[in-house]
Amino acid sequence: MDRLPAQHPTAPRAAGATPPGTPPIGARPNSARPAGASAADAPAAGAPGLLLDCPGLALGGRPVLGAFRLTLAAGETMALLGPSGSGKSTLLRLVAGLLPPAGTRLAATDGAPVAGRIAWMGQQDLLLPWRDVLGNVGLGASLRGEPADPARMRAMIAAVGLAGHEHVRPDRLSGGMRQRAALARTLVEDRPFVLMDEPFSAVDAPTRHRLQGLAAGLLAGRTVLLVTHDPLEALRLAHHVLVLQPAAGGPGWVPVPVPVPPGAPPREVRDPAVLAAQGRLLESLAAASEAA
Amino acid sequence: MSDAAQAVPMKADPAAPAGAVAQAGGPIGRHTGRPIGRLWRALVSALGLLAVWQGLVWATGAPPFLLPTPARVATALLDRWDIIAGHAWITLTEILAGLALGTAFGVATALLLAAWPAGRRWLLPILLASQAVPVFAIAPLLTLWMGFGIASKVTMATVVIFFPVTATFYDGLRRTEPGWLDLARTMGATRRAVLLRIRLPAALPALASGLRVAAAVAPIGAVVGEWVGASAGLGYLMLHANGRSQTDVMFAALFVLAAMALALWYALDWLLRALLPWQPDRLPGEQPGEQEEDRRP
Repeated sequence: MDRLPAQHPTAPRAAGATPPGTPPIGARPNSARPAGASAADAPAAGAPGLLLDCPGLALGGRPVLGAFRLTLAAGETMALLGPSGSGKSTLLRLVAGLLPPAGTRLAATDGAPVAGRIAWMGQQDLLLPWRDVLGNVGLGASLRGEPADPARMRAMIAAVGLAGHEHVRPDRLSGGMRQRAALARTLVEDRPFVLMDEPFSAVDAPTRHRLQGLAAGLLAGRTVLLVTHDPLEALRLAHHVLVLQPAAGGPGWVPVPVPVPPGAPPREVRDPAVLAAQGRLLESLAAASEAA
Repeated sequence: MSDAAQAVPMKADPAAPAGAVAQAGGPIGRHTGRPIGRLWRALVSALGLLAVWQGLVWATGAPPFLLPTPARVATALLDRWDIIAGHAWITLTEILAGLALGTAFGVATALLLAAWPAGRRWLLPILLASQAVPVFAIAPLLTLWMGFGIASKVTMATVVIFFPVTATFYDGLRRTEPGWLDLARTMGATRRAVLLRIRLPAALPALASGLRVAAAVAPIGAVVGEWVGASAGLGYLMLHANGRSQTDVMFAALFVLAAMALALWYALDWLLRALLPWQPDRLPGEQPGEQEEDRRP
């Protein structure tokens, strides 16, 4: 079943990171949408954008992030790359509400609160070993004391390709299958904002490739922040790509937008433009980690 | 009296392997072969020990009231079986009641400590201080307060078990995988739901370790209670036999006690494994469980 293009006439059509006080860098309009995503997830049409205003953030006395403003365009995917220790995960945890705000401001473009509208997928699958796949996918509802919706949970499990494994415990699943279950658990929450922290870093390259294709279809229409250390993953899945670089004239790291190849994600990995962009991105990452 | 002095270290010996295994935190000697292989090895070990024992009697020429032969002990066990079984039943009741009460109090205390930060600051020092009092030193007091009946021994076993159960379970409740807690926060979980649906199940393997230790030390608590003052039980029977130089009966009682402790430990171990099938439970070199391959597009 085809998904409706997520069109938000009122939402700002801008994405990028800019120093405070300057208007955000304009971004390409969000035109084509990948079709073919499963019907399991209710279309997230209407997912608003997200604004983060960070005056600088220190963790345990050590400056991590510099001053910047970040805009996630409504219904689009933003990838965030950077050398190790540049604060990728910190930025993501800040948006997820897992860190004390400490002066940072987070707002949705529709004016409603952000808290409670975020789904988070971490580096590990974080499946509970005592719950089977179905139990893990229903974890959110169970933790909030809400009634489970087994039909929707099963549909989502089928959408990530785990049909027939509903009652299998995680220790019986391969790494790729566990990530599929984690993806289903994230998507069944049906949140407009999805935050992913290197979600496919723990699986081998072919599995990662297939999971990226799957995630691109299922996440379409949501406002996604994807932290990754894989330039190709960023270029394949994201509308916009940011690289964390040392802040000019200040401590900490700030996200800087980098050009992306034309066309809407998911992009073909064989596309010469994607491969060339991958090379450039890799070089700029290497430069950023040398500058650190 | 010299017999009693001998009997104490000898008594500890059969239980020691079980205790050592439990305190190492992981089961050793399971999944290391087929059941037949394990039975075979146990039989060979038992026969070897009996041979050493018999050899010792021959070599030293020790009189029966110091060290009876295995045959004499077996005879005593068969001849006095009805008496020994009656006392064993009482000791077993004390052990099981102590195990149940100690586990219940320990689990409740650990949950209370985990769920109530303000109370934790008051309770934790008291709990630690209570461990500074040697448990066996209060056995005469328990007898004084509760009499020679079963109550003082059940209390003794409960007190001995309480701390390992509380400490291991509380530790497990505290050491929850931080990623699970982050995930629960982003899902909007309540503190109560996090405790009951994440921290508690995640702490069950730690509690299982505590229960294995408890199963190994519970018989010690019950028997020490019986030594201090009792009118029945295997500990009482051993003191009684010792007073009459019936060393073979002492050994027979000791054998039954060790068999009971071992059976209890293995039964509990089996039960805990059956209840926690998701717990990783393999040592290097053992066969891993089957995993399904991800072959989907």
